[in-house]
Order: sequence, then C-alpha cells, then structure tokens
Amino acid sequence: MNPPLLVFNEKGIYCAQADVYLDPWKPVDKAIITHGHADHSRWGHQRYITHHTNVPIIKHRLGQINVTGKEWGDTFKVNGVTFSLHPAGHIIGSSQVRVEYQGEVWVFTGDYKTEDDSLAVPYEPIKCHTFITECTFGLPAFKWTPQQQVMANINEWWAENKSEGRCSILFGYSLGKAQRLLKHLDPSIGQIFTHGAIENITQVIRPMANMPSTTLVTKETKKEDFKGAIVLAPPSAHGSTWIRKMVPYVTASASGWMTFRGARRRRAIDKGFVLSDHCDWNGLLQSIEATGAEKVIATHGYTDIFSRYLGELGYDARTEKTQFEGEQAEIETAKETTATE
Amino acid sequence: MKKFAALIKTLDSTNKTNTKVQALADYFDTANDEDKLWTIAILSHRRPPRPVNTTLLREWATELAGIPLWLFEESYHIVGDLAETIALIIPDGKEPSEKSLSEFLDDMIHLKSKDDVEKKAYLHKNWRVLDYYERFVFNKLMTGGFRIGVSQKLMTRALSKSTSIDEDILAYKLMGNWSPKKTTFEALILKENPSDYISKPYPFYLAYAIEGEVKNLGAVTDWYAEHKWDGIRSQVIIRQDELFVWSRGEELVTDKYPEFQKLIGVVPNGTVIDGEILPFPDGKIGTFNDLQTRIGRKTVSKSLLAKKPVILKAYDILEWEGEDIRTKSFSERRKILGALYDRVKKDIAVMHLSETMTFDSWESMAKERERSREVHSEGLMLKRKDSPYLVGRKKGDWWKWKVDPLTIDAVLTYAMRGHGRRSNLFTDYTFALWDEKEFGEKELVTFAKAYSGLTDAEFREVDKFIKANTLERFGPVRSVTPELVFEIAFEGIALSKRHKSGVATRFPRILRWRKDKKIAEANSLDDLKQMIV
Ligand SMILES: [Zn+2]
Repeated sequence: MNPPLLVFNEKGIYCAQADVYLDPWKPVDKAIITHGHADHSRWGHQRYITHHTNVPIIKHRLGQINVTGKEWGDTFKVNGVTFSLHPAGHIIGSSQVRVEYQGEVWVFTGDYKTEDDSLAVPYEPIKCHTFITECTFGLPAFKWTPQQQVMANINEWWAENKSEGRCSILFGYSLGKAQRLLKHLDPSIGQIFTHGAIENITQVIRPMANMPSTTLVTKETKKEDFKGAIVLAPPSAHGSTWIRKMVPYVTASASGWMTFRGARRRRAIDKGFVLSDHCDWNGLLQSIEATGAEKVIATHGYTDIFSRYLGELGYDARTEKTQFEGEQAEIETAKETTATE
Repeated sequence: MKKFAALIKTLDSTNKTNTKVQALADYFDTANDEDKLWTIAILSHRRPPRPVNTTLLREWATELAGIPLWLFEESYHIVGDLAETIALIIPDGKEPSEKSLSEFLDDMIHLKSKDDVEKKAYLHKNWRVLDYYERFVFNKLMTGGFRIGVSQKLMTRALSKSTSIDEDILAYKLMGNWSPKKTTFEALILKENPSDYISKPYPFYLAYAIEGEVKNLGAVTDWYAEHKWDGIRSQVIIRQDELFVWSRGEELVTDKYPEFQKLIGVVPNGTVIDGEILPFPDGKIGTFNDLQTRIGRKTVSKSLLAKKPVILKAYDILEWEGEDIRTKSFSERRKILGALYDRVKKDIAVMHLSETMTFDSWESMAKERERSREVHSEGLMLKRKDSPYLVGRKKGDWWKWKVDPLTIDAVLTYAMRGHGRRSNLFTDYTFALWDEKEFGEKELVTFAKAYSGLTDAEFREVDKFIKANTLERFGPVRSVTPELVFEIAFEGIALSKRHKSGVATRFPRILRWRKDKKIAEANSLDDLKQMIV
C-alpha cells in the first residue's frame, strides 16, 4: 500500500512525494498557502505559492518573500503530483488546495465558507477522495442568517445610534471581516472611519474590490466628527484608550461567536451580530457531501465532536492536530497588525 | 410574548445599565397588568414549577432538531445554558406567536398535570413556530432560573421609574411569598395592604470589603467589631405566633430549620432578627461543610437534625414590638437585642448572640482578626456604632474585614472547556497535590476545581498547553501532562468524606500561575491538612 498522499507532521500538512507543505506552521522550503490569516501564512518559508490575489496581502504581512501567484484551476506538477487552487470563499484570495497523484485526489480547505459575500470568489465544492476540512463552527448550534439580513441589521443599528447622537463602533478582524463589513455598509447613513490596522490592509485590497470610501482615525480627528459616524476597529481596540475620543458610543462585534449570548456579555460589548467567514453546521455538512469524499479529516475547531458525528453518518472520519486556530487566530492577526504599526 | 421577547432582545443588545433600566421602564409603561406582574415575578425568580423535566426537554428538542442525543449534550456543554442550546439547535420558526406572556405562563401551569404525549405535542408545536428570541424566552420559562443578566435590583429600579414608587418601598413589596396567580399588579405594587406583611422580611443590609487601611475609618472607638460567621445569613421573623425564616437570597427556608420553631412563644410577636444560621455539631460552631447537608434538603429527618444541628447567631434586630426600628442606631438596636437575649437564653439554646467587641486601638482589633480561623469565622465585620440598618450593599457604615485567604501550590491535572465566551477555551481546571506514599513514592491527588483568577491572555496560554499536552479524553474532560503549577487560594478548609483527597476547600480560585515552579515543588496533601484548625 502506498503511504498517504498527505500527512500531518510537526511542520505542517506534508506531501512527501512532491516535498511540498500546505500552510506549514514551521519554516519549510516549499509552501502552498491557502490565505492571508496569520495561522495559515507564516514567516520563514523559502518559496510561497498562493492565489495571485493573495500575493499583495501576504506581502503586506510578511514583507519581501519569494512568492508565485496562481490562477484558479491552473495546475502545476511537482514530481508527478498535480496541484491546483480553487476558491474557498473565506476571505479575498482564499483557496482550497487540490492535490492529485496517480488518480487519488485530496482537497485541503484551509478556512472556507459557503455563502457568497460578494467580495471573495465564492466557494466551489471539489470532488475528491479525501477531504481535509476545518470545522471552527462544527456544532449544530451554529446557523448563519443570510448576510443580506445581517448587514441590514447592522445598517439599521448604525442609523439608530446616529439618531441618538452616538458613534457606532463595530469590531471585526482586520483582514477579511473588516472589508466584508465595509463593502456592505450604507455610506448614505454617515461617515465611515477606520482604525489604522484595518485601513492599511483595506488599502491593499482596494485595487481588487469596490468598497465605500473610508477615513483613517488620527490624532487630528475631531471628537464631533464621530457623532453619528461608524468606526471599524479590530477587536483588540476594545477597552483601549483609542476609543475614548468617540464617547458617546455604542459597541458591536461581528463574529460567529456572537451566536452565544455569553460571548457578547463577557466581552462587555453592547451588541453582537452573528457574521462569520467560516461555514456553519449545515454549510460544513453540505460541502462535505458535495465533494463525494469517503474520507474526511477534521482539523481545527470542534474536531472531536464533528468527526464523531461524521462517523455516524457513514464517513471514514478522523481528526488531526494542526496549529490552525479559526476565528480566534483571526482576532490575533488584528493584534499583530496593530503591534507592527 | 412578542413584546416580552423583544424586551429581552433589547436588554441583550446593550451593556449599559441605564439603557437596560430605560428599556424595562418602557416595557412597564406599555405592557398589560398581567404581563407586568409575571415579568416582575420572573425577574425576581418566582416562576411556576417546571412543567417538564429537563431530561424530557432534551430528548424532545433533540428529536425535533434531528440530531443524536450525545451531540445535543456536547453542544449544551459548550453553550452552557439549556434554554439557549435548545433555542439554537431547533430550526427557525416562521410565524410569531400572538399569545401574551401571561397566557404562556398559564399554559405552563396547566401543562404540569398533563401526560407526556400532550406535553411533547405542546412543546413541539411552539418550538416549530416561535422565532429565536421567543423560543429562548419560552425555554427559559420552561427550565426555570430566569437568569439573563437583569438583577432584581435593576428591575426594581425600572419599576420605580415607571410607577414613581420609591425603590426601597418596592423592594419591600416584592419580598416574601407572593404569586402572580394569587395577586394582581394593582394589589401587589400599587395598593398599600398591611395584612400581607406578616411574612415579609426587610431587605438585607450588606457590607463591602474594606478598602485600604482600617485606620482610615477614623476613631476605633466609633466602631464595633464582630466575627464574620460563615453560615447562611438569615432573617428570623416572629409575628402573630408564626415563624418565618428568610435566607439572604430572599428565599423562605422556614421548613429547612425546624429547630427555630422553639422561638415561638418565647421571643415576643413583632420581632425580626438578622443573624447567621450556623452548624453546631458537638456543641460548637462547625465548618460550612457541616451545613451543606442541611442546605440541600427541603425537609429534615430526625437523625439529620440530631447529627447536624444548627443555631442562630443573632447580629441585629430590625423590628421590635411590631415596630420597624431600622433607623435607630446600631448600639441602641444591640441594647434591645441584648436585653431580649438575656431574657430568653435560659429557655432556648438555639439562639446565640454574636458578640460585639470594642477595642482601644486598631492594632488590638487586628490581633482579634488573626484569631478568626481558630473560631471558624471568616474575619471581622466592622459596624459603626451609630449606624442605621440600610438597604442593600452600601458603603460607609459597615465593612467586611476578612482574613487573607489560605494558599497552596498545586498542579494542573484535568481541564474542561469553559462556558459562553470561553467555550472554545479550556478554562475549567482541576488541581492536584502530592500524596506521599510508602518508600518515598508520591502521586498526585485531586483536591479542588477552579475556573477563575487568570487573565484572558493567561487562559489562552494555558489552553494552548492543554491542547498540546492532552493525555486522555473523557467526554468533555481532558487529562493533561502534569507540568503547570498554580497558586490556589481558598477561604476555608475542613475534613470531608465526600472528597477523594479527604479535604474540602471553600471558594477555591487561582491566585497566580507559578511559572517559576516545577511540579516537584508543588505542595502535598499533608501541607494542606496542616491548615485545618
Ligand atoms: Zn482564516
């Protein structure tokens, strides 16, 4: 019997036949990168391969790196192994990686979501034998409301705060969530301000996406300007002195974790909007079914629970330990970006 | 129900107390009287008895959601709240319900006597149609304990805003044993009705922990010190030849402590005493552990009564000869209480007087505080001699001056996911100490659980360690490689047969992470037992 096409070792997900790693967490020679979040694209690899729309994003984060951009579906062969990237719909430039060798196909999702957010190219199910899936929100308690509805609620919330003369502060991680929120904010309500961490990465993405204009919060921004405006900020800005100038303000967070009442209360945030860049429970199950895979490997998230359930559905399912952290890591990304300013 | 669910949603959308009070006041201004009364009842933890047990609720919800029961249980463990879990896993309803809150509560009262088939049909019907927030509220009413981050105090403030009745008066009206089925909003809240007041306690006066140095409180001669006893703070009421015992949680617990019936006929009618119910095994004050068995039982057997007797340690007197004397000074009230005690002590052994002590210097008072553990108290209570008996937690006249907690260095051995915000982190920990065996062998023995005391960043760091160092998984619990040492603080300690270590600690919590210590340097079970006085 052949060894498995992909194995999980101490450096990452490894294809021995091609000597290539997928989203490695330790420095390696050749790395295929699914997307720009810190837990998937790390420092120190000799060569990076990723989707071309992710190139400016990881360059922004990692500086001068040796990176090759690929188009969706373009195949490239390494020692008989065929690789290709396919849209994952998670954030702009995010891919799944398809790996084929001697007729056997594996797909690694990175992070993904099934809903079209009209910013990232939407997720496409890819037929495979073995599907390596994240399951950040792999519990039946997670069910997303359509984006259109959530964004309508957010705009309504903003308008209401404005009518009360307050500033609306909306927290979302800098890469991905912030641009998704921005894309669907209604600029006719008022001015949209951004935190530096968000503004920087938004500038990188602007050439690739049409989004309302933003104003960076600076020392010179006047207190009165915040009245009725909305401020997009990374979660780490909550509780910092940075937001003091915005008094009176109301805070909200947009995240999948806002499903839990306790999550909002314990973060001491006024309002929680459930909006995630990962799959919900049904999204995960439907995606897995659509791949036709018999074997499923659950990586980060509620892996034990999720794979046990898949087992009951008849899949050959197991879990593997990775250093991916789902939406938690994306919050860290925001911090990191703030720190490097 | 729509309106009540909308209220809960609004309360859930803000973190600001004033906005919450305003939302509640708006609700009280517009809701009908029945709904208002039920809202008051629910938010003061007076709900109708649970019509369906939680096992059935889980089974039926699981069935409707089309998932296996184990998956429901895992989800419940992560969400941390049964009502919320059920609301989340059931597919969203389409048609909002036109029924009012009080109609729903009436349903629930009638549902209790129905058979399981009818109960299940009722639940499934409502779960199918109600939207998320209505479903959540509906489940909360079903499961009881309506804790949604709105305290009774906050509700009282809103009610005061809406009715223009003084907050303290409302707090008084809302105490005691009333039911929305037997009274009306008019009668309970709006009308003065003195005959209702026979069982009614006074709101408790609670103290804050002292801030800074005691000597900043001024002249030591202005203060009385008392030991702060560790039992159940209670009010004992004797009116019209009836006895009522209220615990601080505003719960009527008369039946749990039949020994106090002896006070009737000895202590005159029209008396209300504030005191502490304390365990009194073998004729002396025991530990809180001795009281645990009594707290859990609604009624008590004769043998338990003999094995685990209790006494009332009297602190204060709030009503005397039928008159509210809370505005008299503490020293005057104590004079009345002392005289009463002297008169009745030969007839009733069940009442003791908590000694008030005076000191000529703060230093000598501090010496007395050092003795607290010996006498099984938590420290001292300082009460200004001229203080009236206030309502609720107030600063200034009364202070808690507790002894410093006991501490021990222990090893992290098991971990469980936290609830709510922390549900994706392992934040509930079990700690162990060394048990020295023969031939110098040692093993780690579990002694306490704790889940608070670290910063968010520390919790994340420990979580990472746990995920990378899991030895075994037992459902939601993981055993981890013993490697991390934490300093654990606790308030009290007693021998216990119910604990594997043989020792029970009171209020254990993490004081700090001892990154400087290796597990060999953690304390032993013997070290812990040395602390028992
Ligand atoms: Zn991601």
